[in-house]
Amino acid sequence: MTRYSAWSVFWNGLTGQKNWDRAWRDPEPKKEYDVIIVGGGLHGLATAYYLAKNHGQKNIAILEKGWLGGGNAGRNTTIVRSNYFMKGNREFYEHSLKLWEGLSHDLNYNVMFSQRAHISLLHSPGARDGAARRYNTMRLHGSDGEIWGLDKLKKEVPHLNYSPNSRFPIIGAAVQRRAGTARHDAVAWGYARAADQLGVDIIQQCEVTGTTTKNGKMVSVETNRGTIKGKKIGFAVAGNTSRVWQMAGLGKLPIETHKLQAFVSEPLKPLLDQVVVFGVGGAHFYISQSDKGGMVFGGDLDWYKSYAQRGNLPIVQDVAECATSILPCLGRVRLLRHWSGVMDMSMDGTPFICKTPLDNLYLNAGWNYGGFKASPASGWYFADLIANDRPHEHIANHDLKRFERGYNIDERGAGPDPKLHG
Amino acid sequence: MLRIQCPFCGERDHSEFTYGGDGSIEYPALDASLEDWTEAVFMRENIRGSQLETWQHTSGCRSWLLVERDTMTHEIHSVKLSHPDMGKATGGNR
Repeated sequence: MTRYSAWSVFWNGLTGQKNWDRAWRDPEPKKEYDVIIVGGGLHGLATAYYLAKNHGQKNIAILEKGWLGGGNAGRNTTIVRSNYFMKGNREFYEHSLKLWEGLSHDLNYNVMFSQRAHISLLHSPGARDGAARRYNTMRLHGSDGEIWGLDKLKKEVPHLNYSPNSRFPIIGAAVQRRAGTARHDAVAWGYARAADQLGVDIIQQCEVTGTTTKNGKMVSVETNRGTIKGKKIGFAVAGNTSRVWQMAGLGKLPIETHKLQAFVSEPLKPLLDQVVVFGVGGAHFYISQSDKGGMVFGGDLDWYKSYAQRGNLPIVQDVAECATSILPCLGRVRLLRHWSGVMDMSMDGTPFICKTPLDNLYLNAGWNYGGFKASPASGWYFADLIANDRPHEHIANHDLKRFERGYNIDERGAGPDPKLHG
Repeated sequence: MLRIQCPFCGERDHSEFTYGGDGSIEYPALDASLEDWTEAVFMRENIRGSQLETWQHTSGCRSWLLVERDTMTHEIHSVKLSHPDMGKATGGNR
């Protein structure tokens, strides 16, 4: 497999683009693997990559029921940030952001990570105080954060609705400069290619239909491509976690599946250089502009539990109202498409990377809204858990029993109602 | 848009309603064990298919409803009042 470089681009340009290798193999599943990762999304791919790279595992399979990039990897707004406040979260997401910063070089694949700044608008002195507390906490733990006044914000982001007569006038912003966006497909393809080069078998069109458990261990998974044995098995199937969990006879989980919509407009000339977030009162809205020029944006969940990967219309209206109230210049812009992904919404808005009641089964789930930015660290810590059979100290409380211990990691303070953890 | 047949108000858009959650949960006694309460408050079956769930008609009669709905197709199979005696108790005739 050739390494991508300026030279390889130049050479293949001269030779008619006919000599590129496949980015990854399409192997038949073997009978047995040391580690099976169920779910070929960003988290599963990253897990397999770090298992091979950091922990020297050779015999790994990823089982994906569809195709790479076809699930939530392709259904998000590609925002990367680490502006988290609570212990456990802040270390985790900062580690993720650091991995993002080196990811293109690490994977030898341009994931188009653009640190264009993440700007959360502020609308009241109370919100500004809350943001100052949060962003100071981030700085104390080695991340970056700034509070901008109105003058600075107007200079940097000129097109927002700064009218003092708006329902919630803008008074400033909380900013993380190292945050930004990345190209979602490139992340999936980059991890897949890099994992494949380290010997990982990526098996697409391979749906797990059942599991076999013996003496407190999961010995194999049944798939539409035959039975595959695994010494260790990891689930990373966001949205469908409860289904595979129940397939394994493990009962209930502190997770509900909800759907989240995202939208992209027709391409425009450069308009918005940063990620802008608008959240006050009932509003919840985030927007950035892709390299192709489309405005990429999203809002709240659809507000009721659902496994259907299609969105409802009240949220389309809600999001459009947010868009035009914060960026009135978008009023005549046409929507190109919108899509909906199914999220594992957990009971406190925080994910699970943990051991399970079965000795050799590991769980990676409950990513809520935050799965995209988390994927490098998710794979990193999940690989560490699978290889060493103990959680890293940063994810010590990312387990299923934390509710019993009273250790909810509830960043939003919304209580045990999954739909509120936006 | 889902359309929910409210027993008081008739068929309305779901945007008039607020989704509650899993309607099959039975809360334990106040002095039940921590495990029982953890189970009731935090653990969910998260069914893909037909499930019993609660909705409140927040922009209408404000009744809490028990709705049987498919979480994959969004088809609604039945709607009834969570507290069926409420109408009589408040002097209504339904």
